[in-house]
Amino acid sequence: MQLKAETVLERVTEGDVMGGSKAPSGLAAARPESDPATPAPVVDIKDLSLTYEAADGPVYALSNVNLQIAEGEFVSFIGPSGCGKTTLLRVIADLEQPNGGHIHVNGVSPSEARVRRDYGFIFQAPALYPWRTIQKNVELPLEIFGISKGERRERSRRQLELVNLKGFEKKFPWQLSGGMQQRASIARALSFDPRLLLMDEPFGALDEIVRDHLNEQLLKLWDKTRKTVLFVTHSIPEAVFLSSMIVVMSPRPGRIIDIIDASHLGRERKLEIRETPEFLKIAHRVREGLRAGHSYDD
Amino acid sequence: MTGFHRGGILAPFVLLGWIYALILAHSPNVAGQAGPVFWAFVSALWLAAAVALNGLSNLRLKTPGARRFLGLCIPILFGAFLFFLWEVIVVGAGVPSVLMPAPSAIGSRFAASLPVLLEDFLQTFVKSVLSGYMIGCLSGFLVAIVADRIPFLRRGLLPLGNFVAALPVIGIAPIMVMWFGFDWPSKAAVVVVMTFFPMLVNTVAGLAAAGRLERDLMRSYAAGYWTTLFKLRLPVALPFIFNALKINSTLALIGAIVAEFFGTPIVGMGFRISIEVARMSLDMVWAEIALAAIAGSLFYGLVALVERGATFWHPSYRT
Repeated sequence: MQLKAETVLERVTEGDVMGGSKAPSGLAAARPESDPATPAPVVDIKDLSLTYEAADGPVYALSNVNLQIAEGEFVSFIGPSGCGKTTLLRVIADLEQPNGGHIHVNGVSPSEARVRRDYGFIFQAPALYPWRTIQKNVELPLEIFGISKGERRERSRRQLELVNLKGFEKKFPWQLSGGMQQRASIARALSFDPRLLLMDEPFGALDEIVRDHLNEQLLKLWDKTRKTVLFVTHSIPEAVFLSSMIVVMSPRPGRIIDIIDASHLGRERKLEIRETPEFLKIAHRVREGLRAGHSYDD
Repeated sequence: MTGFHRGGILAPFVLLGWIYALILAHSPNVAGQAGPVFWAFVSALWLAAAVALNGLSNLRLKTPGARRFLGLCIPILFGAFLFFLWEVIVVGAGVPSVLMPAPSAIGSRFAASLPVLLEDFLQTFVKSVLSGYMIGCLSGFLVAIVADRIPFLRRGLLPLGNFVAALPVIGIAPIMVMWFGFDWPSKAAVVVVMTFFPMLVNTVAGLAAAGRLERDLMRSYAAGYWTTLFKLRLPVALPFIFNALKINSTLALIGAIVAEFFGTPIVGMGFRISIEVARMSLDMVWAEIALAAIAGSLFYGLVALVERGATFWHPSYRT
């Protein structure tokens, strides 16, 4: 019964996701449109580094990271723990401060982007507030942004339908399964229609079957909404299945060792593509990259 | 025969036995000079009651209503049994009432002194305890919020708080009487001192209890200090705050009663206890103790009830 509930997300239409206005990017309009071939990247990172002091000396969480992400990409960050993939995502979200380098999100600094509410962050755990119903949880950001009650109701209803949680509005988070809770947190992130979705191992705690279904749904959501998604994971199949671009990272110091283009797998993918030679070729290259990164240690 | 049957069959006989033993203990031939046969009878009743209660408490009932009824029955029967033993032993063995009055004597004294008890209750509980409790808890809560905002206050105030919380109430009480006079304000002041720091310490801990993800979430929404406080940190702190409210509900009563030993007008529960002990009328002392126990339990129960409603989402209450 649970699984059946996980499978639907199909009824997405583009207009559904937006709070009405469909402007793909306010920034794009502000920018000169003279050069449509190379639009300004959504995320632009140059020589970024982040070091923090631990008890036994400095830890180089990120070192000389360079990365450009274009609008509408689905980018996965993959690497072993300690490679700085979560740190990088948190720097983009302005939840962590870098020591050096330049970073622009939607053309402005991460802190300006955060204050402008440019992104929705989805954490490893659902982080739903247990004293709020599912509906109230989805409405939380809207409440903070001062959106009227009628509008909040309307948007939360639409988002919960989108992640197939219709009928669970009045439930409390602890009355739902882990997969349903994580879907509610995705609805919460989508409720204020951010341009950028930052996802930090969102399905890491779920079992593989639920995870497969959520991956398929996420892909459909991405295809329909045309949002830019940054997705941290440590699963190779998940990264290859979801992404148009895969960033392979390595620890000590945390750095990027390979950037793989996977856009030729197309935007609409079925779980079956995981058996195809193209898929396996990319997976192989990711694995090679991870192995190369690890050889430093042994 | 199952435990239930044993319990079910024995229970009415045990109750009848209790009534018989009570009548017997109070009869002129037995009271104060009960023989071995009487004590053997009481011991047999004790055993039978133990078996009956054991049977009842192992009972698995199907309907929730019956289960709730049984859950209420067992502690009531258990308490009644303790009172029965107390009564029978005190009356049967003729224990002097200065050492230990019988529950029946305490009860009749309680009923006969209702006007005095009411006056004492109004003076001690309504005036001293409630006003001191409210001022102490509210100011502890507000200071905790300020201390949470200003780090040097938190570092400076909390160790000092522990120090003041360790002060004995009998040390503070005379000082408060000097400062605020003999009437209830000095007692309320003692209650304020006693309740302020548990609330301060608990609220500060509660405000620090919100998880990292939940805080990051608020930060990602660019939520300000007050929004984060009201939408996240105070709800998370609620179980801690209610903990302090429960601790304080009993502390406050103790504080007010003890404080009345150090100078008071001629009314109040603490005053009555100290004066009636001196006059050797221990049944009145026990009546005041009973009053304090009833008031304290009801107060605690009320706070616990509100807590259940307000923190229904907490893992300890989830259904």
